[in-house]
Amino acid sequence: MTAPMSESTRTIEELTSADYEYGFSTDLETDIAPPGLDESVVRLISSKKDEPEWLLEWRLKAYAAWREMEEPDWAKLEIAPIDYESISYWAAPKQKPVLDSMDDVDPDIREMFDKLGIPLHEQKMLSNVAVDAIVDSVSVTTTFKATLLEAGVIFCSFSEAVKDYPDLVREHLGSVVPVRDNFFAALNSAVFSDGSFCYIPKGVRCPMELSTYFRINSMNTGQFERTLIVAEDDSHVSYLEGCTAPQRDENQLHAAVVELVAKDRAEIKYSTVQNWYPGDENGVGGIYNFVTKRGRAHTDAKISWTQVETGSAITWKYPSVILQGDRSIGEFYSVALSCRRQQADTGTKMIHIGKDTTSTIISKGISAAHGQNTYRGLVKILRSAENARNYTQCDSLLLGKECGAHTIPYIEVKNPTAQVEHEASTSTVGEDQLYYCRQRGMTEEDAMSMIVNGFCREVFNELPMEFAVEAQLVGISLEGSVG
Amino acid sequence: MLHVNNLTAAIGGKQILNDLNLEVGDNEIFGLLGPNGSGKSTFAHALAGRDGYDITGEVTLDGADLLDMEPEARAAAGVFMGFQYPVEIPGVNNMYFLRTALNSVRRARGETEVGARDFLNVSKKAMDLVEMKEDFLYRSVNAGFSGGEKKRNEILQMAIMEPRLAVLDETDSGLDIDALRIVAGGVNALRSPERSMVVITHYQRLLDYIKPDFVHVLVDGRIVKSGDHTLALHLEANGYADFENDLGDASEQSFAGAQS
Ligand SMILES: Nc1ncnc2c1ncn2[C@@H]1O[C@H](COP(=O)(O)OP(=O)(O)O)[C@@H](O)[C@H]1O
Ligand SMILES: [Mg+2]
Repeated sequence: MTAPMSESTRTIEELTSADYEYGFSTDLETDIAPPGLDESVVRLISSKKDEPEWLLEWRLKAYAAWREMEEPDWAKLEIAPIDYESISYWAAPKQKPVLDSMDDVDPDIREMFDKLGIPLHEQKMLSNVAVDAIVDSVSVTTTFKATLLEAGVIFCSFSEAVKDYPDLVREHLGSVVPVRDNFFAALNSAVFSDGSFCYIPKGVRCPMELSTYFRINSMNTGQFERTLIVAEDDSHVSYLEGCTAPQRDENQLHAAVVELVAKDRAEIKYSTVQNWYPGDENGVGGIYNFVTKRGRAHTDAKISWTQVETGSAITWKYPSVILQGDRSIGEFYSVALSCRRQQADTGTKMIHIGKDTTSTIISKGISAAHGQNTYRGLVKILRSAENARNYTQCDSLLLGKECGAHTIPYIEVKNPTAQVEHEASTSTVGEDQLYYCRQRGMTEEDAMSMIVNGFCREVFNELPMEFAVEAQLVGISLEGSVG
Repeated sequence: MLHVNNLTAAIGGKQILNDLNLEVGDNEIFGLLGPNGSGKSTFAHALAGRDGYDITGEVTLDGADLLDMEPEARAAAGVFMGFQYPVEIPGVNNMYFLRTALNSVRRARGETEVGARDFLNVSKKAMDLVEMKEDFLYRSVNAGFSGGEKKRNEILQMAIMEPRLAVLDETDSGLDIDALRIVAGGVNALRSPERSMVVITHYQRLLDYIKPDFVHVLVDGRIVKSGDHTLALHLEANGYADFENDLGDASEQSFAGAQS
């Protein structure tokens, strides 16, 4: 007889096409603006949110700027044209307006978050993680607000911040990502709906992890959230965001802006686990994820970005640090996974301005099926940045023959004292590794997941401790999408 | 426990194993010797289920047909292979790997999984056996291990997996004398009435430490000679040259390790 070994061994290709487990949608009664964008829509959003005049002016300026701008086309992405007139720019679940207590959360919304594994009851949650839950355009609840306020920490939805802390918002909004920064940032500035606001006062170590969970639910809507984190001198905060969306055949646009301000000796650790719907294996549907994330680090401050990007049809994202103050530190740890027909063009910019500034970039790109993964990074050392140092390591893992990995580092050094180090590697999951694990009893799927997780280890290690469980979950979701 | 009947293996049309017949009984240690390229590793992989070979014949373990099974099912059935070239898995903690392996076979057999704390106890005992320090558990699987550490890690895995049949492929090669003593000590300690081992080696020196019940000599994919451990000594003195001429009638011989 002939052993069926070669036929029965499933190929890596097959292993990479598993289901998206967050693809369900919830029937929520929703208030949606008609599709299309003009000044009146900007005014509508602003009035729905009962905003002050200065903010409406700011939005209108952004809108005017956006009209003049064009989509950036330098990324290695093939994108079907986006029809900005067919998108609805405002969608909010209709629910009880009072949200002072968690118990007021609409049961349907609560159930939706339960299904996503994010219980919104304070008793049921990890006791040291506060969550801001955002559905489509609005924040539906923020947990542990009171506990945090005792420590002086403000953690609330952006809309509330505009009402309750207008001066803080006005001072910092657009201070790191100006309105005209790029096409998508300008669009976001014009129509942003909600997001999270965090303020850590001087000398305070935030007593718990802060997190925001973004959920797109409605059809044909864009999500434009805006997050602002301000850490005063000598403060410390760790923040995590997670994102999912239902499985739909049309593409949905997500254009967010995140601004971080780390004042002297402050530290902000910002982690993202992005799992928007990636589209199907033929490239139908999926989220277009165009995100501008940037932080400004003042003297002796530290900003650390950690991202695990497994979802979205298109990812265009370069979380960056302006190392403005002397001895400031910037870090970027990234895992980007592209399978099915996903395309990711992601990386970072480290702009060294201050003396003795240090940046570290660790990027792990995984490409499977027909996925395309590009690391694009800029390390810029200005003349003023005496003794700046950068270490960059970009590793690519290819699972299959139809996928691609690309590494595009830009290095601009204007100060001769700079030390810039760049390492890159490309590897594959070897048949011998899979066989070794299987000989030890693991299924091919478990083995693949373990090997891929191992490849990402340095980045996963950077996720906050409280999310160690979550990191394990990432393992499982990787299993879903990779192995 | 293990029956091998007329096993042949070819790769890319090239015949590597020819009509192998073997019987391994309970609690037996079985030496498989042969020059480089004679097919020893191929034999081990054929038992473990590596992809890419064209295999004919019959192999059963405790009556179960191994050739029909995926590698992980064979592992669950009790087959353990000590690799000649253990594979590196960067970023995967050795302890996590070991526990996942153990629990994978336990799950497949319908047994309860071993929790983290119990596992630590299990692994401590196994570590003592191969004289490894605890930090070993927290390093990535085989990544940056010395040759000797890799082989000791294989024995550690065997100790934890408690297989029914262990096939150790050149676990001695590349070891200095101390490491050899440790590896052999581990193997001897793991002898059990419920376990049999096939010890594959290129040199006989491992068999100075591990006394096999039977020795088979593989040349060009055929068993050309079988005997007890004295055969190994003979080989040490005379090399394989004696057997290279015997090939003509090798296939007629039925050198099974007698009782099963
Ligand atoms: N993947 C392969 N492709 C072609 N020939 C192979 C392959 N693997 C092993 N061989 C050949 O099969 C023969 C036996 O190899 P092997 O089983 O590794 O021998 P041993 O372990 O006894 O040194 C050798 O001639 C070797 O070159
Ligand atoms: Mg060999």
